[in-house]
Amino acid sequence: MGDFPRPGTESVERSLDSTLESVDHAEDLAVGLARRAGFDEEDLMKIGLAVRESMVNAVVHGNRYSAKKKVRFSASVSGRRFMVRIADEGEGFDYTHLPDPLAPDNLLRTSGRGIFLIRSFMDDFQARRLDPGGTEVTLVKFVVSK
Amino acid sequence: MSVKLSTRQVGDVSVVDVAGRITLGEGSSALRESLRDMVSKNRKKILLNLGEVSYIDSSGIGELVSGFTTVTNSGGQLKLLNLNKRVKDLLQITKLYTVFDVHDDEAGAIRSFA
Repeated sequence: MGDFPRPGTESVERSLDSTLESVDHAEDLAVGLARRAGFDEEDLMKIGLAVRESMVNAVVHGNRYSAKKKVRFSASVSGRRFMVRIADEGEGFDYTHLPDPLAPDNLLRTSGRGIFLIRSFMDDFQARRLDPGGTEVTLVKFVVSK
Repeated sequence: MSVKLSTRQVGDVSVVDVAGRITLGEGSSALRESLRDMVSKNRKKILLNLGEVSYIDSSGIGELVSGFTTVTNSGGQLKLLNLNKRVKDLLQITKLYTVFDVHDDEAGAIRSFA
């Protein structure tokens, strides 16, 4: 059948440098795709912020701005399902034991809200360690008719 | 557009008009330096006008918290003015909306420092 996309499907994939410019670029790519998929402005804001936070984690905490390490970014839409995958080449990150940023003792912490915001704004969030190294996160949101 | 900060004095209150993006990098570091500079000059009453802030991420939220703590620990007060829906939603979802003293009216905010 060849590589023609099915109707209602679109995808984009990039290998990005570990820079803050890549964070902006990935956010723009994801929001552009999500807009074409039919998300409203409020959801586009949520998707943009979730992708930004994920990219910052990959660039800053995963790859630590290393010029030798890349961030793999992909975004796709299939029907109502919008999905973003972001993978770094860092040491790996344990997403299972994160402090609750809403706990009274943590409210005035200056960091630790990124994953919380991603989970709040997306319908699904998964993270896994990669072999031999790195972390891959998957963000999913569904287009809802309003 | 990154962040643009301008400070004006209204009585003994320093009003900081913030415009643009408060995100990791230039935006959040500019805000941090501005607030630290005011604390070092012994400004005790600081009102952050966020009405023209188009975007804020978790790093920007962290800078607001850091500024709040820095000013409070130096014996001062930091209050917020003119939150747009985006910023307000983020502060509510992170439960910070009740931590900050938030105002919609500049004159009222100025008076609240007295």
